[in-house]
Order: sequence, then structure tokens, then C-alpha cells
Amino acid sequence: MVSAKRILSDLRLFGRGYLRNRVGLFFGLIFPVILILLFGAIFSASSGTVNVYVQNQDSGPISTLFLDALNHTGTINVQLVNVSDSLPQVLRDNSVGDGIVIPENFSLNYLMGIPVNITVYGNPSQSSSAIVSGTVSAVANEFNLQHYNGSMIIGLTPATFTLSKYIDFLIPGLIGFSILVSPMFSVVSISSEYKKMKLFKQLSLTPLTKMEWLASKVLWYIFLSTLSFLLMTAVGVFLFGANIMLTVWLIPFLILGPMLFASLGMLVGTLTKNPDTAAVIGQVITFPMMFLSGTFFPISLMPEYLRTTAHVLPLYYIIEGLNAVMVYANYAQALIDIAVVTVITVILFVAAAKLFKWRED
Amino acid sequence: MIPVEISSIKKAYGNIKAVDGVSFSVKKGEIFALLGPNGAGKTTLIEIMEGLRKRDEGAVKILGLDPWENGYELHRKIGVIPQDFTFFEKTNPREAIKYYADLFGVSVDSDDILREVLLEDSAGVIFENLSGGQKQKMGLALSLVNSPELYFLDEPTTGLDPNARRAIWEVIRGLRGKGKTVILTTHYLDEAQQLSDRVAIMNHGRIVAMGTSDEIIAEHGSGERLEIHGTKELASYVRANTDLKVEYNGKGLISIALKEKVDALAALEAVKQSGLDWGEIQTRRDSLDDVFVKLVSGIMDEHGEIKAESKGNNSSNQRRR
Repeated sequence: MVSAKRILSDLRLFGRGYLRNRVGLFFGLIFPVILILLFGAIFSASSGTVNVYVQNQDSGPISTLFLDALNHTGTINVQLVNVSDSLPQVLRDNSVGDGIVIPENFSLNYLMGIPVNITVYGNPSQSSSAIVSGTVSAVANEFNLQHYNGSMIIGLTPATFTLSKYIDFLIPGLIGFSILVSPMFSVVSISSEYKKMKLFKQLSLTPLTKMEWLASKVLWYIFLSTLSFLLMTAVGVFLFGANIMLTVWLIPFLILGPMLFASLGMLVGTLTKNPDTAAVIGQVITFPMMFLSGTFFPISLMPEYLRTTAHVLPLYYIIEGLNAVMVYANYAQALIDIAVVTVITVILFVAAAKLFKWRED
Repeated sequence: MIPVEISSIKKAYGNIKAVDGVSFSVKKGEIFALLGPNGAGKTTLIEIMEGLRKRDEGAVKILGLDPWENGYELHRKIGVIPQDFTFFEKTNPREAIKYYADLFGVSVDSDDILREVLLEDSAGVIFENLSGGQKQKMGLALSLVNSPELYFLDEPTTGLDPNARRAIWEVIRGLRGKGKTVILTTHYLDEAQQLSDRVAIMNHGRIVAMGTSDEIIAEHGSGERLEIHGTKELASYVRANTDLKVEYNGKGLISIALKEKVDALAALEAVKQSGLDWGEIQTRRDSLDDVFVKLVSGIMDEHGEIKAESKGNNSSNQRRR
């Protein structure tokens, strides 16, 4: 009954039309890449080192060692300020909140065991200030311990965990975003427009079945999402040095995701009276799902009740699964997510194929 | 096998009876026109025959099939242009023909089809950039792909300029030349007269007249009349002095129904005796236009009241919607 030849022929016609429509192409392929460039640029800067203005009033060797130690933490980048300048004024002039003053006789006092205080300027509302004060107190502790024991009791072995970079988390999120947005919005729009323009009626006069038509749309959006996935991954890895794993475990998500949201879009287009209503309902479903499923920021940052809500959203499982595969290599978790997504996809696809009508009574 | 046989078709939308008991059959090789004003039920009826709409009551056999139950099978055998044909905006006629050929599993020479519908010059222009006439021709081209025996054309020339209409007519005449059966709907009288072997005039969901133009005129027309330009006094004089049925239109035209040709002599004799002034004289017969206006603009509804709906003349060329 289902003919692969008819599906391919519809796929070819639809794909060609899609490529001729620059708006669709922009939102399907270019927009997600722009997002990754944008978010990547914003967050790779702040997740790197914090610039700190430092006024060193001390002339001894210990303050130099101390500043070297700060620089070596990798979280602080020391910018020296002239002793004659007023540090608060420098901070104001540069519109930054983070600064350190190392007092006169710092080295002398340290060597003689006299308590000495470092002044740390900071803005409590900025996360960078917490980083600065944390780093400075860690280095200060180290110096204290060295002074009194000569050897460190508790040391820190520098270790990197791949999750430390925001971009690693961002890529699965934005892939989820493109899997959601492009099929969902396009299929909502075409299914309601075709209904209005009586194109489904037109198609019902050919041997193409509605199942074949839907299958061709699903295949197209799988193709498009895969292309978008490759583009985003390339940008993330080559431009921002993202550390993500590419394995066959990604394939189920790249197939099921577009199928799920194309079916959901089809349902919205079918169950609404006109294209305007369809577009609004499509957005009402899409935008909250987009923000609550961990697309742009980790779901762990959200309050408890929102985290619970997120569990009813299909995109949540796709993004969780993509994170499990690409970032944590946690395949047991991925398997659960694949199972959940499969069930939702099958339900939505069958419902869409059943409810959507070629002809009217 | 008779290609089209329908009887007592009914379809209502809420309280509105779109089609209210229509029966006819169409022979092989015939071009049959459903003529009627907007809202007469033509599109609903043709969509029921195409299997795009479900009927409430009645029997339909199209090529021996029930179009609603066996639509999928039927659609391989018929060609259809829906009203206001539309297609995917970014697809050109050549690609569309190839697409249809793939769907129907036939191999066609798209250039042949494009030539047949006079569209070869725009073969590569995407649908949204085609003119109204070219779009309609593309619809015709697609209906030719599966080489059907039976065509349904729903208002194939509505809204087109005269040249584009004539071009479409040529294609339809070409179908007749190949012995194809065609059912078309139109609200253009000349289109029905020019193209079709038989016409059914539809109004308020019913067929009010059916047959060849001559048959309809003979049945519903007034027969031969003598028309004399003259005054109301002259009309009264002739009425008083002959047995003839005399009408005065209030604008200087006297119309006398002629049962026999010699009645004209009696009428003229009375005119001469009156001593009143008179102008031009002519005899004429009702045209299909006259019959159409009579049937459609002054028809009795089920309560016996005369509905005066289309007050204008018969060539109601306004577009639908």
C-alpha cells in the first residue's frame, strides 16, 4: 500500500520547494548556527578568565609570588594598576567591580608572621566577583599554610572535567532547539495553509496517500535536522573547542525528534480552523517547551516545580538524552530517554495520521 | 457503461440545502455543462461526483464506482480541476507534471502535455509567478497526466481574461475531439453554449432545465414573438382588436406572442387600423440567455413565492468569493 517511490517523489518536490523558500532555509539551517555563534561568544568569554585590576603597594618578593599564583589559577587575569591611582576610581572608569589591593609591607608582614589583609573589591550581584574572592582566598590559604607548616597538607590537583565549558552543554540544547523549532513551525504552517488552499484536496485526487505525504515530510525534516546538527557541531567543535562525543547513539534522537515534532505540528495544523490560530497555538506549545526543556540553560538551575513540569515535555527527554550521549557518555540514561521519546513519537505520529483528513465530509 | 449516473443527490450544510435532489446521466464522449449562478450548488455537486465530498442521500455511480467509498480507485481514472486551482508555490509546471506522473506511476512526455495546454513557454516558471490563466492551464495539464476518460472541470475559466478563456476552450474542445467525457461547471452562458453538448441549469440546488440549448429554449422559452416599437395606446388597441397575447414593457416595446406565423399578419393589420405611430418591427425567439434569466431570476421557491434574486442581466461575471 505504501509506495516508497511516491514518498521519494513527494520528498523531491517538497525539498526543492523548501530550498527555494529562503525563509524556511534560514530558520532551518542558518538560525541555529547564528544562535550557537551568539551564545558561544557570550558565554565562552565569561566562563574563561576574569580580568581583575590589582594595585600592588608592596615592594617585596611575596606579593609578586602571590600575583603569579593568582595568574596561574586560570580563573583570574591580573591587570596591574599604578600605585599612584585610586583603585575605586579605576574600577569606575572601566565599569568593572573586581579589584584587589595588596598593602604596603605585605611581604615583610608575611615573612614575620604578622597578620595582613588584602582588600578585595567586588560586586555581590556579579558571579565574577564570587569567582575572584573565592580564588583570592584559596590562594591566600595556600600561602598561609606554606608559611606555618612549610609543606601543604591539603593540596589541589588541577583536574579538568569536560562539563566545565558552557559550550559543551549548549550544543545538545541547541540541537534540541533546532529539532523542535524547524519541523514544528514548518509543519504547523504548511498543514494549515494547505488545508486553507485546498491543496490536500488536490493531492487526494492522486494516488499519494496521506500517510505517504506525512512520511515524506518527516524524512525531509530528519534530513534537515541532521544537516543542522552537523553544522552546529562543526561550529561548536572548531570555533569554540567544544568537547562533545559523537556516537551512533545520536542517531535515534536525530530520527525520532523531527518525527515527533513534525507529527505534533501536523496535529496542531489539523485540529485548528485557520492558519492564524494554528500559528498561535504552535507558538504557545513551542516557546515554553523550548525554555523549560534545558535548551539555553541547564534544567538544574530551575526551581523544583519547574523541573517537575519539564518532565511532561517531550523536548526534555531529547535534550536530556543528547546530553547523556554527547557530554556524559551515560548510555543507560540515553536508553531511557530513547524509550520515552519513541513512545511519545509513535503516539503523536499515529494520532496525526489518523486525525488529519484529505477530504471533508 | 454510462460514465456518470446520479440520482436524487442531496447535500445540506446545516439548514442550507446545497444540492436538493439532482439526477442526470452523462453519455460517453459527451460534454455536459452545469450552468448556474454562484451558490447554485454546482461545486458541491461536482465535488460529490469527484469523491471529494460525501453526499447525504442519493445514488452516484462514476465509471461504475461509488466516488466516496471508492475514491482512491476512482481518482486514478478521472481528471479533475478544482475551482480556483492552486498548487505548491515554488513548483513549476514541468516539475508538477513529473510529480503527478510519478504519483500515478505513468510515464509521460511533459513537453507534449505542456504543448497541449499551450503552456510550453512557462514550463520553468514557479507556480506563484504564473498568471491566472497559466495557473488554470497548469491545472488542466495535471488533469491530463493520467490520461483519464472522464474529466471534471469546476469553473475552469472563472476570472480569466478573454484570451485565456479561449485558450482553455481550445483545450477542452481538444478533449472532445479525442472522445473524452467532460463535465464542467460554469456561470458563463457563452461557455456552456460554446463547449457543451448538453446543459443543465442549476438554481438553489436543483436542476431547473436540462437538454441541448435548443431543447431548453423550446421547453422554457416563449416561442416566436413579434416586437413592435410603439406606445401603450397602440398595445391596448391591438389587444382589444385581436385574440393575441399582447404585452407592453412600459418603455415603448410591444411584444406579441405568435402561436402561428399568420398571427403576425393579424397583429400588423390591427396596428395599421389603429392609425397610431409605430416604429421598428422584428420577430424574435428567446435565446438561452433569455431562458436563463427567466429561470434563475424569477423562480418559485418551495412556498410558491417568486424570488427576485439576480436583478442584473444574465452575464453575471463577478468572481466567486
